Amino acid sequence: MEYILQQFINALSFGAEYALLALGLAIVFSVMGLVNFAHGEVIAIGGYTMVAFATLVTANPWIIILGSVVAAALTSVLLERVAFRPVRYADPTTGLLTAFGVSIVLQNLFLLFVSPRPIAVTSLYFLDVPVDLFGIRISSLQLFETLATLVVIVALTLFLKRTIWGLAMQGASLDFQMVRLMGIRANRVFALAFLISGLLAGLACIFIMARRGSVDPHLGFNPVLMAFVACVVGGFGSLPGAVLGGFLLGIVQVAMLVLLPQEYGGMKDAFVFGIIALILVWRPNGILSPPVEKGDKV
Amino acid sequence: MPRPPTMLDISDLKVFYGPIEAVHGISLCVPEGQCVTLLGPNGAGKSSTISAICGTVKTSGSVKFLGQDLANTDVEDRVRAGISVSPEGRRVFSNLSVEANLLLGAGIRRDRDAIRADIERWFRTFPILGDRRRQMAGTLSGGEQQMLAIARALMSKPRILLLDEPSLGLAPRIVSQIFEMIEQLKQDGMTILLVEQNARQALRISDYAYLLNTGTIQAEGPASSFGQNDELMAKLTGLG
Ligand SMILES: Nc1ncnc2c1ncn2[C@@H]1O[C@H](COP(=O)(O)OP(=O)(O)OP(=O)(O)O)[C@@H](O)[C@H]1O
Ligand SMILES: [Mg+2]
Repeated sequence: MEYILQQFINALSFGAEYALLALGLAIVFSVMGLVNFAHGEVIAIGGYTMVAFATLVTANPWIIILGSVVAAALTSVLLERVAFRPVRYADPTTGLLTAFGVSIVLQNLFLLFVSPRPIAVTSLYFLDVPVDLFGIRISSLQLFETLATLVVIVALTLFLKRTIWGLAMQGASLDFQMVRLMGIRANRVFALAFLISGLLAGLACIFIMARRGSVDPHLGFNPVLMAFVACVVGGFGSLPGAVLGGFLLGIVQVAMLVLLPQEYGGMKDAFVFGIIALILVWRPNGILSPPVEKGDKV
Repeated sequence: MPRPPTMLDISDLKVFYGPIEAVHGISLCVPEGQCVTLLGPNGAGKSSTISAICGTVKTSGSVKFLGQDLANTDVEDRVRAGISVSPEGRRVFSNLSVEANLLLGAGIRRDRDAIRADIERWFRTFPILGDRRRQMAGTLSGGEQQMLAIARALMSKPRILLLDEPSLGLAPRIVSQIFEMIEQLKQDGMTILLVEQNARQALRISDYAYLLNTGTIQAEGPASSFGQNDELMAKLTGLG
């Protein structure tokens, strides 16, 4: 029983991290149809900012955390401005290639100007301590991660439903031009989507760094891959889909870890992606794929 | 009667889609407080003209609004200047509630209480929309969506309202209701540019009309004279 609960919490916290990552991709995709593969590098920027703050500025972990989230958010907004704005209305392939380009350029900048090797940051270890919860032993980091994701989901939902900018972003996911025809500035909607995406990347960065304790140029690769898979499973462009896909991915991963016999352990990922593939056979566009119609009913 | 001042003044307007020229240098004007109708068959360039006024297509020539040339004015700033559209195909935000659609329509306003009051007023005008205020706009019938599209366009408190085929595909009873609403708007002083294929009803509530065909204006005149021109009407009703 305890073992099951333990694994359940594992699945939940894995899922929470994937959901957080997937939301970052999905929010940008929903308004501009762009799969922002540079999202991983935004996370890496957050990691390098931690290094910079920890070595140059302060030992106070909260300031380090704040600094890295702000850096990730600003980077994301800056990328929209310099890289994605020029291809805003181009076809999706152009956007995709631009995102890959940005991702590669940033990785190379990290390689050239920082270091190809991992750099340790120990300031966040305090987030990861063992705690007793109802008699089971878990990591505080798992708890924080799950809670943070829940807070993000609630906050994002309120923002999307209760504010004019949230409504504009939802409207934009369906018919961007019509949002402009309401007098709502396209530039602001795009900037806002990237700002939120960057904040989510910064938040994810905290947990990733607290677990790994180091940053290297490829820090963002695996997270963005998982985010992408979660979005595909949940339905690209759908925010609830991103959350669902993230949690599903976490559950499937932990389930494979638990259920697969020892000798198949090395094939865990193959099984995970096999199940993902089956889900896509069942729902080719993802489980919660948004409707494609533009709402014109004759 | 003195002619009211011109609100919208279009001259030598051409509209381009890539290499294709869809509108070939038309001129038209909409005086303040009047309803002007743009008639014409499918593909005539009516919607292209509306898009040109909104700033969403590539154009040459001039579109002047309140004496100001809009050539370098963004889509958003045109709305802020007082141009609002109920576009072809309605384009309500089907993934948002009826109420949210109206709130977005008022996206450029900051007077929260007045926005609320305006929304309630629309729900009194169209009780059916009020009944469905929390329902997704995508679940509304075509007629309800059209009412919502017009109400949404008016939420920005525009100086001029552009209506692109508001009666298209609707049952006769709903069509009359829509035209009654447009007439009421006009009586309340709204300036309207109406695109219609339903010539008879449109001319009845209009002051002036233009007939557009294959991207050029083929006839224009006071709406009443249009109505009396039997040959023209035969052609128009044949189209509608
Ligand atoms: N996005 C576009 N790309 C290329 N050509 C277009 C585009 N939109 C319209 N056209 C062409 O421009 C011409 C005018 O089209 P427009 O939609 O303005 O006509 P309309 O008078 O509104 O017709 P309808 O009554 O069918 O709505 C047509 O020949 C059409 O094929
Ligand atoms: Mg049209």
